[in-house]
Amino acid sequence: MSELSELYQQVILDHNKKPRNFRKLETANRSAEGYNPLCGDQLNIYLQVEDDQLKDVSFEGSGCAISKASASMMTQAVKGKSKQEAELIFDEFHRMVTGRLNEEKEPNQLGRLTIFAGVRDFPVRVKCATLAWHTLHAALNNQPTISTEN
Amino acid sequence: MAAIVEELISIRPKPSDGWNVERIRKDFPVLRQTVNGKPLVYLDNAASSQVPVMVIERGAQYIEQEHSNIHRGVHYLSMRATTAYEGAREKVKRFINARDVKECIFVRGATEGVNLVMHGYGRKFIGEGDEIIISALEHHANIVPWQMLCEERGAKLRVIPMNDAGELLMDEYQALLNERTKFVAVTHVSNALGSVVPVRDVIESAHKYGAPVLIDGAQWAPHARIDVQDLDCDFYTFSGHKIFAPTGSGVVYGKADLLEKMNPFQGGGDMIKSVTFEKTIYADLPNKFEAGTPAIASQIGLGAAIDYLNIIGREKAAAYEHQLLSYATERISALEGVRIIGTAREKLGVLSFTIDGVHPHDIGTILDQQGIAVRAGHHCAQPVMKRFNLPATARASFAFYNTTEEIDQLINAIEKVIEVFV
Ligand SMILES: Cc1ncc(COP(=O)(O)O)c(C=O)c1O
Repeated sequence: MSELSELYQQVILDHNKKPRNFRKLETANRSAEGYNPLCGDQLNIYLQVEDDQLKDVSFEGSGCAISKASASMMTQAVKGKSKQEAELIFDEFHRMVTGRLNEEKEPNQLGRLTIFAGVRDFPVRVKCATLAWHTLHAALNNQPTISTEN
Repeated sequence: MAAIVEELISIRPKPSDGWNVERIRKDFPVLRQTVNGKPLVYLDNAASSQVPVMVIERGAQYIEQEHSNIHRGVHYLSMRATTAYEGAREKVKRFINARDVKECIFVRGATEGVNLVMHGYGRKFIGEGDEIIISALEHHANIVPWQMLCEERGAKLRVIPMNDAGELLMDEYQALLNERTKFVAVTHVSNALGSVVPVRDVIESAHKYGAPVLIDGAQWAPHARIDVQDLDCDFYTFSGHKIFAPTGSGVVYGKADLLEKMNPFQGGGDMIKSVTFEKTIYADLPNKFEAGTPAIASQIGLGAAIDYLNIIGREKAAAYEHQLLSYATERISALEGVRIIGTAREKLGVLSFTIDGVHPHDIGTILDQQGIAVRAGHHCAQPVMKRFNLPATARASFAFYNTTEEIDQLINAIEKVIEVFV
């Protein structure tokens, strides 16, 4: 069960139960919907972007513990960051969960997000962890909806 | 072409009362492995069942000794392959009690079966203003092709609703039927809920309006006897990979007079009598519907899987599976916070459930870590999920090689899930 406890760490379970920034953002000027047709996971990301900065971030939707916790922690991680910084973290996150970045050895901006490193042992769950990030990317680039199957 | 019938294996069930599941398990090499350090507990049979040695060996024999194309060669190997392939068709004919082998069309699976009927029958005979009836229980395979047809032809799709138990509302069905009803396509058993549909009534009522009926038997075929003459269905389809044969095999049965007047499905080699640039004359049944080289090894394997089912005794296997489902239902019902989705009075093979506060994918992953394979998702039946207001369920589905001990392990694993999440 050790890999399992790597995946379902307390912090992840906590964010699943009590997701942060889990609401529609009234001040949003950008948003996107992300959909994973394989699982039926669906979420909306709302952004308030001002002068290239992510002033506020929130999300809504339904999904598994991994996708929900990932979305919740993502909103915390990118709030206040510039567009470019957010994209950089996405890139690092993506490489970490697909086993192409060793978060312990290589310098990175992931911070608490390294808690998702365990996902790399569960290839079918990578899409769950990255759905929120793909959706954030879409919102930043003015794509209204994305699907993990495209 | 006269079908050359491969020698049929004598089909006498062994005279023993109980079900010797340990002996049966030895026939399935897949079951011997460990997953994540635990013995594999395979409870995803509704997605694909496992293949017994007898079937594997028959497929291997074709590849090792008979590999060649069918219906095309005067040489030895081709004749042997053709004999084996047509022998499998003969076995299918007996398996479903068709009148004639020419009514048994080999397809890649139930999906292709439905599509064949949609193209061959639907596109020829269904037009603007006509209505097609399906049910709320359907797999996407028996929804999307009919939607495509309706869109193309300006026909209308009507849906038989269901109650909260997952049973079709037959009164509503009666109310949907009318002179415009030109086709009815329903599942025999729901893959998402396990509900058995009273297809005999569906067929009888549709026939009063002259509408042909297709039964999607993908989930019935692994568990119970099929008699297409007794049912009087016009079309019946199922997939080989769900009845202990390899992927790529399957059957669509059609009444000969309907198949005769239908358009072919795909065009190509093997489905013709003669071709000139001006005109092609199609082959007789069943070849008219079998363009190109089929999955020969798989279809021969399907024949062997039918032999296997006959040898082990279908009735006894069904009775045992019934016990497994009852036992699993009883044990899961006793767990707090676990809800069974689909509580029809008559069910076969499938147990869908949810756990309060836990997404089915997380259930699937935690079960997999304990070597237990279940399906977590929408089961290619999104309208069923929507009807129950759920994004997904976890689904355990059973075959005659599963054991009550495996169900106990499933229960322990579910308890583990609850422990992790609560
Ligand atoms: C009820 C039902 N119909 C159709 C299908 C489609 O079968 P296949 O994917 O083998 O074509 C399935 C399989 O999942 C099924 O359960």
